[in-house]
Amino acid sequence: MNSKSESIVVIKPKSGWQFIDFKELADYRDLFYFLVLRDIKILYAQTILGFLWAILVPLIQIVIFTIIFGKVAKISTEGIPYILYSTVAIIPWTYMSQAMSQSSLSLVTGQGMLGKIYFPRVMFPLIPVLAKFVDFAISLIILFTALIYYRITPTWNLLFLPLFFLQMICIPAGVGMFLSALAIRFRDVKFAMQFILRMLIYSAPIVYSASSIPEKYRLFYSLNPLVSVIEGFRSCLLGTPMQWQYIFPGLLTSIVLVVFGALYFSRMERVFVDVI
Amino acid sequence: MNSKDMAIKVEGISKCYRIGLKEQVHDSMGGAIIDFIKNPLKNYRKYRSLYKFDDVKDNSFAGSEDVIWALREISFTVHKGELLGIIGRNGAGKSTLLKILARITDPTTGRAEIHGRVSSLLEVGTGFHPELTGRENIYLNGSILGMRKMEIDRKFDEIVDFSGVEKFIDTPVKRYSSGMRVRVAFAVAAYLEPEILIIDEVLAVGDEEFQKKCLGKMQDVGQAGRTVLFVSHNMPAVTRLCGRTILLEEGEIIKDGPSREVIGAYLGSETGTIGERVWIDPSKAPAGEVCRLRAVRARSKNGEIIETLDIRQPVRLEMEFEVLKPGHVLMPHYNIFNEEGIELFSAHDLDPEWRGRHRPIGRYVSTAWVPGNFFAEGTVFVAAAMTTLNPNAFQFCALDAVAFNVAESFGGDSARGDWTKQMSGVVRPMLKWSTEFYPQEMY
Repeated sequence: MNSKSESIVVIKPKSGWQFIDFKELADYRDLFYFLVLRDIKILYAQTILGFLWAILVPLIQIVIFTIIFGKVAKISTEGIPYILYSTVAIIPWTYMSQAMSQSSLSLVTGQGMLGKIYFPRVMFPLIPVLAKFVDFAISLIILFTALIYYRITPTWNLLFLPLFFLQMICIPAGVGMFLSALAIRFRDVKFAMQFILRMLIYSAPIVYSASSIPEKYRLFYSLNPLVSVIEGFRSCLLGTPMQWQYIFPGLLTSIVLVVFGALYFSRMERVFVDVI
Repeated sequence: MNSKDMAIKVEGISKCYRIGLKEQVHDSMGGAIIDFIKNPLKNYRKYRSLYKFDDVKDNSFAGSEDVIWALREISFTVHKGELLGIIGRNGAGKSTLLKILARITDPTTGRAEIHGRVSSLLEVGTGFHPELTGRENIYLNGSILGMRKMEIDRKFDEIVDFSGVEKFIDTPVKRYSSGMRVRVAFAVAAYLEPEILIIDEVLAVGDEEFQKKCLGKMQDVGQAGRTVLFVSHNMPAVTRLCGRTILLEEGEIIKDGPSREVIGAYLGSETGTIGERVWIDPSKAPAGEVCRLRAVRARSKNGEIIETLDIRQPVRLEMEFEVLKPGHVLMPHYNIFNEEGIELFSAHDLDPEWRGRHRPIGRYVSTAWVPGNFFAEGTVFVAAAMTTLNPNAFQFCALDAVAFNVAESFGGDSARGDWTKQMSGVVRPMLKWSTEFYPQEMY
């Protein structure tokens, strides 16, 4: 342990706006890794089904939606089997909604640690976003099973998929950073979160098709980043033409969301401990 | 001072907390309903005000009612390799100071410079999760305390060895006894190798043998030339480990010097006597919803406040408190510690007159008698605490409320008898001895 370049930390009241300190975050990568690992490991501790839940939760949702919206309400899906249509949407939606709600409450649930040890606070909302990705990866099994069953051949659209993966992670990260910082001040977030998520599912083309939205509202509608992710997943996986008019506005909103979330979080960071 | 051999430099650090405005109490149904409707707005303002931090430089802020200054203009420097003790009563600002140096909270004004890698140990087992195994928790806790994964890999076997739970290392921690959990947690901390170690009152856990092991380990840390900041109530440990000690009172450093001197001043301080503690200002007194502590006293059987107790004499421990809300069953209790921070015993009110009875509003003095020939020589610290029963709700606890010295008597009529050398043990009861004698038969 010969530290030639001695590290000097200056402690002083912080002021003004600042952004996330990525260099510091990199210094704490080992801890970050272990905390994500912890979240993954404890999630299904003492359950019988364990990681099977990661499959069951979206699967049940898919079945219910297929029965209600596909069979009973007979929503138009442009000729694609409804089960396939909803699967490509529900898999990313399940990830985003779970990551969002856990991330938003991360500071409140982690307040014990918040007051006892220092590490970059922004890790709190980011941990569930990453930990939940494991669930998402597992639930992809359903998706691929459905794709193979319906013999969907991959197209070049698939090359865009990583972009939507990234966007899918960015949305809960941005929302989580903003709402977790808000939730530690106002615990109302915890209650509001429940019905917001329930409403959000209808704000995106998960159970219905985006083409049913009137032309004049399209731009406004597509500002919702969820629309962009869902449409992106559909086009990439099902090989339908890329609906860029639905995708671009949402991509922009996602970027704004992450930047704003990070700024707001950093701004509020210094007083977290004093208000828990 | 040469900046090269400086580890910590603190310059004029102050910290204030906003405690929020007091809740209003209303006496009419109408008032309550109107208040309920206005609540969201009021709550919003209240929680928002907690967040105001930009008006700190304002002088108007300093006089504001809902503000508490936990630290005022603290300045000191610590050399590399120095072991600094920080002592003071509860609420003196020790923990706030450590939290600032550990970067958990920011100071309101002032600045501090820390040269070197810091690990702070404000709690044993931070981040421990009951569902994870011992092994997983060691890695997690180690990285929380600032160790790299490689470092933990290297020290893993030693850590497990130190904790003594080899057999259960792959069992979820929730199945451990609390003693085992503490041992694992402490073992991780013991193998930290930071350049600067910040430790809060964490040695008061585990059994005596384990505590000794930990103190020994800390001594090694000090001898290895690392800087240690150590907050403790354990005065002998501070004296033994730290060359220098800072005494904090109400957020200010009131003494800074060689440990023996500072601790001496601390034990003898506080308006000359430490056998009596009165909270003259009720707003500063330890209090819960139902009652408020007003004074704690240690008296001799003649009613005098004790400073030094003859080991043969009984003590009267008095707790004076006010009941602010009627209709509760109160349970006053004491926790008695010796100077090493070991809890000698706890005592709960047994007065038959008030057992299970609701107490009306008023002032009470609860007295417990500790018999003579019971304490061992040394310093005794008394914590006065209150709990309401059914349902149990903690009201207050004043640690180190009073302290007194117990002095040995060599007159031959104490438990020591004719023995003049060291006597061990945390208490020294006078036992009844008897002897049966069988004279040797003539042969």
